[in-house]
Amino acid sequence: MNGPAAPAGARVSDRRSRANAFAARARRDFPALQQEVGGKPLVYLDNAASTQKPDAVIDAIAHYYRHDHANVHRGMHELARRATEAYEGARRKVARFLGAADPAEVVWTRGTTEAINLVASAWSHTFLGEGDEIVLSTQEHHSNLVPWQLAAARAGARLRYLELDGEGRLRLDRLPELLSPRTRMVALSHVSNALGTVNPVAEIAEQVHAAGALLLVDGAQGAPHLPIDVAALGCDFYAASGHKMCGPTGIGALWGRRELLERMEPYQGGGEMISVVEREYSTWAEVPHKFEAGTPNVAGAVGMGAAADYLTGIGHAALAEHERTVLEYALDRLAAVEGIRLFGPPADERCGAVSFLLDHAHAHDVATILDADGVAVRAGHHCAQLVMKHFGVPATSRASFYLYNDTEDVDRLVEGLDRVKAIFG
Amino acid sequence: MTDIALSSLYQQLILEHYRKPRNKGVLPGATVEVHMANPVCGDEIRLHLQLDGEERVQAATFIGQGCSISQASVSMMTVRLKGKSLDEALALAERFTEMMHGSREAARDRKLGELRALQGVSKFPVRIKCALLGFDALQEAAKRVRDQADGSDRG
Ligand SMILES: Cc1ncc(COP(=O)(O)O)c(C=O)c1O
Repeated sequence: MNGPAAPAGARVSDRRSRANAFAARARRDFPALQQEVGGKPLVYLDNAASTQKPDAVIDAIAHYYRHDHANVHRGMHELARRATEAYEGARRKVARFLGAADPAEVVWTRGTTEAINLVASAWSHTFLGEGDEIVLSTQEHHSNLVPWQLAAARAGARLRYLELDGEGRLRLDRLPELLSPRTRMVALSHVSNALGTVNPVAEIAEQVHAAGALLLVDGAQGAPHLPIDVAALGCDFYAASGHKMCGPTGIGALWGRRELLERMEPYQGGGEMISVVEREYSTWAEVPHKFEAGTPNVAGAVGMGAAADYLTGIGHAALAEHERTVLEYALDRLAAVEGIRLFGPPADERCGAVSFLLDHAHAHDVATILDADGVAVRAGHHCAQLVMKHFGVPATSRASFYLYNDTEDVDRLVEGLDRVKAIFG
Repeated sequence: MTDIALSSLYQQLILEHYRKPRNKGVLPGATVEVHMANPVCGDEIRLHLQLDGEERVQAATFIGQGCSISQASVSMMTVRLKGKSLDEALALAERFTEMMHGSREAARDRKLGELRALQGVSKFPVRIKCALLGFDALQEAAKRVRDQADGSDRG
């Protein structure tokens, strides 16, 4: 080739081979990826649902159970001390990962869902009243909708919705008219799980605060992919799940501004969260323990701490460069598939996921045929029924990428789609 | 999953019913109408049955949306239901369910007619629910008809 296109083309292929080398290195860390499905090497493209686990995480959990396990914060013995240190050490790691200066602002939860429920319950108890308003968007995962529906029903508050545009972006031009003197809380996702849209959180936070409201960010899909700095984002709460960022299931984190956490009522009552218990009343432990009733998921916390370290070791800049390259390649190749409908914004406004539909073949049939080829994708509404309604479709197929995916995985996906078309015509 | 399993799943007959469903549409004057959905995947159907005085199916139609398996299965079921008594229809549902759970004997049962083309679904556990959607609606419809009959007996 000659002319100005040649160097650009060379740069693209350089970037792709760098991305593939990066993925090949990462893949060695993930034992579950070293297997065949349907007689072919597994291509795991269901990362938005849950990611695979590196040895570093699996080993950290095993090491904890083999050597250091006891109950935390209670015992007077060596193992109790070590378990407590592992648990609190993991909290410091996750705090650092989220850009939180104070580890006491990080509350362990079961995941994003419980983190949001915690705020929707404990914060709403004191701060949400009749006639108040909560602003959500139709992009949200059900776990950032249903807890607010429950809270609004209890308080007599009202839900208002930010709509999406045709490419699945938030209609931020409508935000000013949605924010009113009655708005108490705005709860939005950092990154959409169904569409991959990245939302401009910092810009939103400014407007929300100017209106005197708080901003909760559902970071289930943000934390795995983007460098998180809660201070720079300017939000008031940030929720994340361990299992979507290389960590174990059953653990997640809620970051909240300390003065808010301190003014909130407890979420659940029990051991660990109290200071003094009398017959008729009790007083609460300091944050974050006030929100951690009962024996916590210590091994999960250790695993999530190890996952945060693992991702930090990989480096967010390298991860972002890799993901952008693979995502651009995927969008290019998929767009060229005949009869495909792609949902969501262009590559530079999205991360992680691509939702699509094929003419004539239902999303489930697509997923079954891809599975027969060893390609794992998700089909359904992705716990985002309002997104499906927005686009007027019952379900989509979704391929979602992570650090161990490469352009060959995309090729396998596209080959699988050819097979779908051969069957469904 | 092997290619053989895949091609037995997506038999021509299934694809044909998916592309050109039989008995698709509303049924004015239906005796009973049941809406059934699979909340996990969003597949849904509305089954309409018209029964005569002896509880025999005069007509069966459906409307709905979903994957090839759910829609082909309902389409085939409506074809099969015509002229059957409610008891025979329920026996058919039971037989079909046995086939979905891997019974070879059920899969040989001629009473299932074209529905036997769906036997490959039994190898795909996550898709069995799709194939059963129409029969779930049928069972619910039978229950409603009978509850109503019981009610009027008592009334
Ligand atoms: C955007 C988003 N929010 C919330 C959740 C819920 O996360 P979890 O199930 O880990 O609590 C998910 C995961 O499915 C998600 O993608």
